[in-house]
Amino acid sequence: MALKTEEMVLNMGPQHPSTHGVLRLEIELDGEIIINVKPHIGYLHRCFEKHCEAMTYPQIIPYVDRMDYLASIYNEFGYAVAVERLLDIKVPERVEYIRVIMGELQRIASHTVAIGTYGLDIGAFTPFLFLFRDREKILSLFEMTCGARLLYNYIWVGGVSHDLHPNFLRQTKEFINYFKPIITEINNLLTYNKIFIERTANVGILPLDAAINYGITGPNLRASGLKWDLRRDDPYSIYDRFDFEIPVGKGWMGTVGDCWDRYYLRILEMEQSLKILEQAIEQIPDGDITSAIPKRIKPPEGQIYARVENPRGELGYFIMSKGGLQPWRVKVKAPSFVNMSIFGDLCRGHLIADVVAILGSIDIVLGEVDR
Amino acid sequence: MKSTQEIYNLLKEKFQEKVIQHLNTLPKEEVIEVRPESINEIVEFLRDDKELHFDNLILLSGVDDANGSKNKLEDGTEEITGGTLSVYYHIESMDLRHKLVLKVSAPRENPEVESIYDVYGCANWHEREAFDMLGIIFKNHPDLTRILMPYDWEFGYPLRKDYRNPEFYQGMKVPY
Amino acid sequence: MGLLDREFTEDNIVISKVDDFLNWGRLSSLWQVGFGLACCAIEMMATSASHYDFDRFGVIPRPTPRQCDVIIISGTVTFKMATRVKRLYEQMPDPKYVISMGSCANCGGPYWEHGYHVLKGVDRVIPVDVYVPGCPPRPEALLEGLMKLQEKIRNESLVKKAIV
Repeated sequence: MALKTEEMVLNMGPQHPSTHGVLRLEIELDGEIIINVKPHIGYLHRCFEKHCEAMTYPQIIPYVDRMDYLASIYNEFGYAVAVERLLDIKVPERVEYIRVIMGELQRIASHTVAIGTYGLDIGAFTPFLFLFRDREKILSLFEMTCGARLLYNYIWVGGVSHDLHPNFLRQTKEFINYFKPIITEINNLLTYNKIFIERTANVGILPLDAAINYGITGPNLRASGLKWDLRRDDPYSIYDRFDFEIPVGKGWMGTVGDCWDRYYLRILEMEQSLKILEQAIEQIPDGDITSAIPKRIKPPEGQIYARVENPRGELGYFIMSKGGLQPWRVKVKAPSFVNMSIFGDLCRGHLIADVVAILGSIDIVLGEVDR
Repeated sequence: MKSTQEIYNLLKEKFQEKVIQHLNTLPKEEVIEVRPESINEIVEFLRDDKELHFDNLILLSGVDDANGSKNKLEDGTEEITGGTLSVYYHIESMDLRHKLVLKVSAPRENPEVESIYDVYGCANWHEREAFDMLGIIFKNHPDLTRILMPYDWEFGYPLRKDYRNPEFYQGMKVPY
Repeated sequence: MGLLDREFTEDNIVISKVDDFLNWGRLSSLWQVGFGLACCAIEMMATSASHYDFDRFGVIPRPTPRQCDVIIISGTVTFKMATRVKRLYEQMPDPKYVISMGSCANCGGPYWEHGYHVLKGVDRVIPVDVYVPGCPPRPEALLEGLMKLQEKIRNESLVKKAIV
């Protein structure tokens, strides 16, 4: 006589050390095998879109910061690009370079958190401490420029709030030289660690057709093998001037699009960001830091969708103007929100311990999932 | 790569009166408006056609047009009756490099739009969000429940222009 | 306590008040709930990481509230989350302390006016001991908040509690 079995429902979160914030997962289990995962989001829904409808265009920038709080500069960047396109403003050369430098520094800072906390989730504590030490160095560069560590309010419509500090470029160069060996250090410490590879290779494989169908973007899409980077494929700002490569997942340790690929792609991207930074620092011209924009920003009636490549994927702003001082509607395409929507499919059939490995490799920020 | 005008001509030829109009008077973005009950078959055609191949849904956004009649209530707030709610679909083709914006409008009192979750996987959550925020009902959606707000939120749809906040939610004071 | 300043070779006796002794024990190892809400959680992580090192105050993040003394409300509390925050607080054993970190947890922060889903201050659901201002507060500010909490614990007395 066969033993009678039944499925178990396990609740994970909203308070859980590995959910990267306030995410609740309802996991249906058959023994240790996952049958289904239902994510419950919205525990950090801060009404961003309602605020946009009540604020003027420049007033929105601080709220934009607080969406993806690990990559604030990039949120501002995308918003500024969108409003500038709506207004047909061209910003000075120096501003474009400052934005690119800040954006790439932010990308490195964001990836250090992603990699550090991923190690923490898998059980490696040291990389977290190492990478937070290095992240502080980037934050001090930001602090030097605009006075804030996390939420900057630095990129404004038509310019930036402050010019670079006189020491900024020198210290950034020092940082680049400092950080290059760190990547090797992390590789030796975590990337090629046998236990880490066992936990992540061949786990949570995301096939390319599913990734496109679900609208996955950013490192997660590239890890599945498609060379798609908005810095190349839909150029904004001045990214077409720089020489850099777009790494794609190759299944180094297992299958294309597994957790290890997604993780390793972030390391490769940091290398490319350093490359862009070096070029930008060489080329940056002198000049104004604001363009001539009207005091009251009042775009004409119309709508625009503008997008940038955030560390997590495609961050897009759909801004609809009815000619007033406030936008009629702002809708954000948040990469984390979209990347999260495939999570249930990725987990199906894996062991319960892999949930954390898969979740960490997608690298979500709950502030952006819920907005 | 095709322009919106070319795609509009193609669609108009194939779907006749299901495609309503091509809006290109406003700056920046051209929009093709279609009927809400046929959006599913239109995006399916756009995805599967070799010449068009729109394989990626970038964004699905619900918008409150607030074009109905507004009557002032006693406490100074507004109530809107009539008019429409709209949904905008931004789709693109990742290999052919063209983009398209589709729009559907549904009456405010009964905003029913066909779901496209079986064409684009990511539409599932986007549609749930549009339902949560604006109360747009996506027909044939497998699980049309609130996604960001609490499941027991019964005070309406917050992104509608005439939304009014409650005083209390589960014993917690809502206004400042 | 003066014990570590002076070397002593033989057994010794230290005389202290019960209050002082208990308070000293409580304030020197405040274990916190490993619980992040929003942007401030990143600053809280930075505070516990290598550069600022929360550990030197005896603050260690624990995954379960049942082992904790202090909960740091680091970020915006929404209505969906508020009931959970309250439950977490209720699960903590006494004596328990609350640090409200950042403007959102203090009073709703930038979301005070149009935030239809934001609880305007976590003190509407649980009692707060120390408010740390800032959006987000720097790690130094959080450290000072913790020192303020230690100061508060240092002045606690069993006697007062007995009268009330």
